[in-house]
Amino acid sequence: SVNPDLASERQTASFSVEKLTAWLDGGVENTRTRRAVVEAIECDPVFSRENQYFQSQNERYEAAVRKAVHLQKKMHEMGWTEDGPEYKYISRAVAGDVAFLLHRIFMRSISMLGSDEQIAKWIPLASQYRLIGSYAQTELGHGTYLQGLETTAVFDITTQEFILNTPKISAMKWWPGDMGRSATHTVAFAQLYVHGKCYGVHPFIVQIRSLQDHSLCPGIIAGDIGPKMSFEHADNGFLVLQNVRVPRENMLSKFCEVQPDGSYVRWGSQKINYFTMTSVRISLLLDEVILPMMKACTIAIRYSVVRRQSKLKPGEQEAKILDYQTQQEKLLPQLAAAYAFYFIKDYLQELFDNGYREIQKKNFDMLPELHAFSSGFKAVITQYCASAVEICLRACGGHGYSLLSGLPSLYTKILASCIYEGENTILLLQTARFLIKCFMAASAGQPVPPSVTYLAAVKPRKCPAKNKLDFLSPDIYTEAYQHMAARLVSSTAAKLQELIQSGVKKHDAWNQCTVQLAQAAKAHCHYIAVKNFAETMEKLETQAGIQKIMKHLCDLFALHGIFSNSGVFLHDGYISGAQMDMVTASYLDLLPIIRKDAVPLVDAFDFTDKSLNSALGSYDGHVYQRLYEWAQKSPTNEQMSPAYEKYLKPLLHSKL
Amino acid sequence: EALVLNDPDFQHEDMNFLSRSERYEQALRKSALMVMKLREHGVADPDEIYWFKSFVHRGRPEPLDLHLGMFLPTLLAQATPEQQDRFFMPAWNLDIIGTYAQTEMGHGTHLRGLETTATYDPATQEFILNSPTVSSIKWWPGGLGKTSNHAIVLAQLYTQGQCRGLHAFIVPIRQIGTHKPLPGITVGDIGPKFGFDEIDNGYLKMDNYRIPRENMLMKYAQVEPDGTYVKPVSDKLTYGTMVFIRSLIVGDAARGLSKACTIAIRYSAVRHQSELKPGEPEPQILDYQTQQYKLFPLLATAYAFHIVGAYIKTTYHRISGDISSGNLSELPELHALTAGLKAFTSWVASAGVEECRMACGGHGYSRCSGIPDIYINLTPCCTYEGENTVMMLQTARFLVKSYNQVTSGQPVTGIVSYLNDLSRQRIQPQHVAARMVTVRINDPASLVEAYKARAACLVETAAKNLQAELNHRKSKEEAWNKTSVDLVRASEAHCHYVVVKLFAAKLSEVSDAAVRAVLTELCLLYALYGISKNTGDFLQAGILTDAQVTQVNQHVKELLAIIRPNAVALVDSFDFHDLLLGSVLGRYDGNVYENMFDWAKKSPLNKTEVHQSFYKHLKPMQSKL
Repeated sequence: SVNPDLASERQTASFSVEKLTAWLDGGVENTRTRRAVVEAIECDPVFSRENQYFQSQNERYEAAVRKAVHLQKKMHEMGWTEDGPEYKYISRAVAGDVAFLLHRIFMRSISMLGSDEQIAKWIPLASQYRLIGSYAQTELGHGTYLQGLETTAVFDITTQEFILNTPKISAMKWWPGDMGRSATHTVAFAQLYVHGKCYGVHPFIVQIRSLQDHSLCPGIIAGDIGPKMSFEHADNGFLVLQNVRVPRENMLSKFCEVQPDGSYVRWGSQKINYFTMTSVRISLLLDEVILPMMKACTIAIRYSVVRRQSKLKPGEQEAKILDYQTQQEKLLPQLAAAYAFYFIKDYLQELFDNGYREIQKKNFDMLPELHAFSSGFKAVITQYCASAVEICLRACGGHGYSLLSGLPSLYTKILASCIYEGENTILLLQTARFLIKCFMAASAGQPVPPSVTYLAAVKPRKCPAKNKLDFLSPDIYTEAYQHMAARLVSSTAAKLQELIQSGVKKHDAWNQCTVQLAQAAKAHCHYIAVKNFAETMEKLETQAGIQKIMKHLCDLFALHGIFSNSGVFLHDGYISGAQMDMVTASYLDLLPIIRKDAVPLVDAFDFTDKSLNSALGSYDGHVYQRLYEWAQKSPTNEQMSPAYEKYLKPLLHSKL
Repeated sequence: EALVLNDPDFQHEDMNFLSRSERYEQALRKSALMVMKLREHGVADPDEIYWFKSFVHRGRPEPLDLHLGMFLPTLLAQATPEQQDRFFMPAWNLDIIGTYAQTEMGHGTHLRGLETTATYDPATQEFILNSPTVSSIKWWPGGLGKTSNHAIVLAQLYTQGQCRGLHAFIVPIRQIGTHKPLPGITVGDIGPKFGFDEIDNGYLKMDNYRIPRENMLMKYAQVEPDGTYVKPVSDKLTYGTMVFIRSLIVGDAARGLSKACTIAIRYSAVRHQSELKPGEPEPQILDYQTQQYKLFPLLATAYAFHIVGAYIKTTYHRISGDISSGNLSELPELHALTAGLKAFTSWVASAGVEECRMACGGHGYSRCSGIPDIYINLTPCCTYEGENTVMMLQTARFLVKSYNQVTSGQPVTGIVSYLNDLSRQRIQPQHVAARMVTVRINDPASLVEAYKARAACLVETAAKNLQAELNHRKSKEEAWNKTSVDLVRASEAHCHYVVVKLFAAKLSEVSDAAVRAVLTELCLLYALYGISKNTGDFLQAGILTDAQVTQVNQHVKELLAIIRPNAVALVDSFDFHDLLLGSVLGRYDGNVYENMFDWAKKSPLNKTEVHQSFYKHLKPMQSKL
């Protein structure tokens, strides 16, 4: 039976939850497939996460390996293949704590950067798990700034081998997942030297552990880097290479090659070596960032209708905390953002698919745009989602801090995404570089990608809204975002120009503008997110009930952004002080409207209780009972604490 | 400090490599030892105890926190002399280890909602304690799960058939000697949390559990043997403890943020990355404007919060002097102020610690950076001792009350006296223009005025919106709820003003010219950065023009460059010992990379070269597929 406080929320839904779920999945058929995959995984005890919160680092690592191995068996049994419709739902169903994620990235980098012969040689071995791969790029001393990597690969023409070395402590590979304990091979990035000349960073396949007894290969020192804020299950590792020799054929050579005589040949941009990162950035967004945020919203919103606290009207029962305006103002904008980002993910995927098709034809024209968008959105979304999950955690009061709420692990997991695959500030500056370039080109009348043509149209204008209802028009607010983004880009470009003209060197001028540049990049992404939400919602014409609630969420997403960044909209008078009061009023008016559908809106995400793994967020809302039952399973509750006999007893009985 | 740090008894393996049970055990071992050593060295001054404790536990929480920080003080404050005789010395000597059981599974900050009952039975002269529902189980008290043998329990008192509200009772929960739970008591650990691994936060369920009448803390309210209830003289007195604890939290927030700044700034001076000028060696990341923009405003904030913490502490001590002489007039204002500042500083500081962690890139995420621990120890204070949003609303209540008093023609005094100016301005015809203050962005005093104007404006907006809702014939509660987002904004603006004001006021007290100069820069940065993050408020209220906002943004960037040469010195001044920082990245000597490698080698996963999982899982898989 469902807690009546939660049941009542579901009776008043203004739309069909089932239909919304199907739409989110991209069709009823997909929903069916997804549920089948989730069901198959969850009913298998090997994948159970019941004890996850009580396990040590060693236990979690072991469980992650066990699950990864079992998953191969399971896929085989179920007939799921890597290109089948089920595949993309597997990681959602397993819900974290599974090893060999880097093995997949190992394979992906070989398929993207390897020659046909390399693919033919390595991919079958990897997909049959004859070897386990990792991806060793980051070093102790260098991360996002790849040109600074210090590992070296020197070509030895006499033996036709590369000699890999870690010349100093800061050059040690540090952080790669699956490398501390599991991997037998890795793709190591190193500065390539031929005949004493450095050709920049290139990827090499290196064996690090024996395929027989898993001991380290000669010249290799590797191990685990120690406990982190989360990812206890992953053996993030370090790697030291001492004169390790790999054959010439182990340099991934789809786009460049060292020929037997030592001559270096390249086809296309060197940036292509980072293409794995672009693809990883986009694909990690859904599983590692957006879905966890949707889970956090589900937990916090369900809990907020079960938790009653204090009174809204004297003499009545205590109120559900979701009925407080401050609680709505914490959670509902996060819910709207979850939807917004879910839709942006589709937008980016489409952009990527188009780009990838071109790149396979060795046409690299779309690479800059693709790189700029994947960087900017990765930064904006991870940062937004991390703070959203933290808001959800705190909105659950004390119980949010219990691991049993599920929120701390969602939070720490998302936090990592703000750093891996590119530090966010650096990524924003890369987006900014692209925007400034496009702005200059557009101002000079040169063609730019359609997504940024708006930059050419900066004019001093005023927002035409006359009353608070006008701000519920997507045209009005999309326009406001567009204006604001264009203004920030153009004023930063002007500032850069001004500095350069006054004699400041280009790189100094750049550094002096970086705070503004990062802000401009964020503004651009925010604008695209609002625009994309509005367009996605408008395409929903055929489903009136769903469109209506999506419109409310879209409005809320847009107005929340204006409300919380009012300064940049007020700055050049585009929005006046009186209009800002209208924005605030419209924004606050939306809260109680969306409040009514809050629970159905999170139900539509369709997470099972097992995948939420939260004592606060389960579908039936029996929060307190579950919290009490789960706590009793804690190993700390074994009847007598060993600390009592050892320390407490002497303390209690000593005469001080 | 040296006394503790050099004592071999307090050494142990890095907590990061231990399991939760092991961490609890280590913490308890040290706490037990600490108490014995404190007595041995005759340390009794509360401040000295605090320092001793923070060195023993290196700033981490410990299982006896609640005994020392809540159980003993509550006994002192609320027990009768007879009860002091019975309980205080045994508790002081740790024959009794106590905790403070207030929060329940179903209720936290809203105390009136607590459900535990204590029903007086005149026949046996006992109270019967009950946890009538699942949600009434006591949940979260530190030291309750495994350590304590007594608890001060807060329960709704029923006598002669009437509910008399919350009262405190001393409840024995475990058998002295065997440490087993007493009959009628169900007690245990609530399981793993986001941090606080060293603490056994617990649950407590009571079933018809009887305690003698004399176990109710009866210094103020009393129940006589026949069941007659005697009311306490004033209910304001309970504010005292809350103000005290919240003032400590402001200090904790300042310290946590200072530690994180120390780590991030030192590391940013050691880490070299990318290039600023083509062809030159990689620069220290602290030379990048974006890095300075992340860290220096936080550094300024850390200094600001230190000043605020010290201010509240002195004010509390001054006012508690008045309280004991019966003058309670200043207490409501102080209570409102500390509630808001507790929320303001803990929010800002925990977000700031996260910024610092992220400013350290990937290595910040490793436990060896020490910042994850600072964060998880600090962030719960956004919730405990009063949930922050509720705290902000309490401050707002005081602000609205003061505002209404002003509009009804009675001027207010103290820190809200700026509201008086508001009514004077209203008489003048152009009221928006009248609010304009001529802001000089290089002058702290002038910036204080700007913040004051912003606070006044947001308080006024909130109060007017509240009135408008009331005019719609809404109930008081409903109107309040419909305005609460505005009210929280008003409180935040008020607290922000108070912080800027206290920081600016402190500058004149600094006698050393060089120190004053650098603190003035920090104060300006704090104030200007706050404006640049909230330009909307200043623009909308007409306090600043577009051109001034552009100047403010520009000046913030200039200050970053000015502070840069002093950045490391400014964190060195916090004077945190390496052991207290517990950070490989933040080491005083800056030898980061070597020490990270050494640290990692100690990880439990590295105990064997080939992990057992290889034989168990990997090998069978490789041979089968």
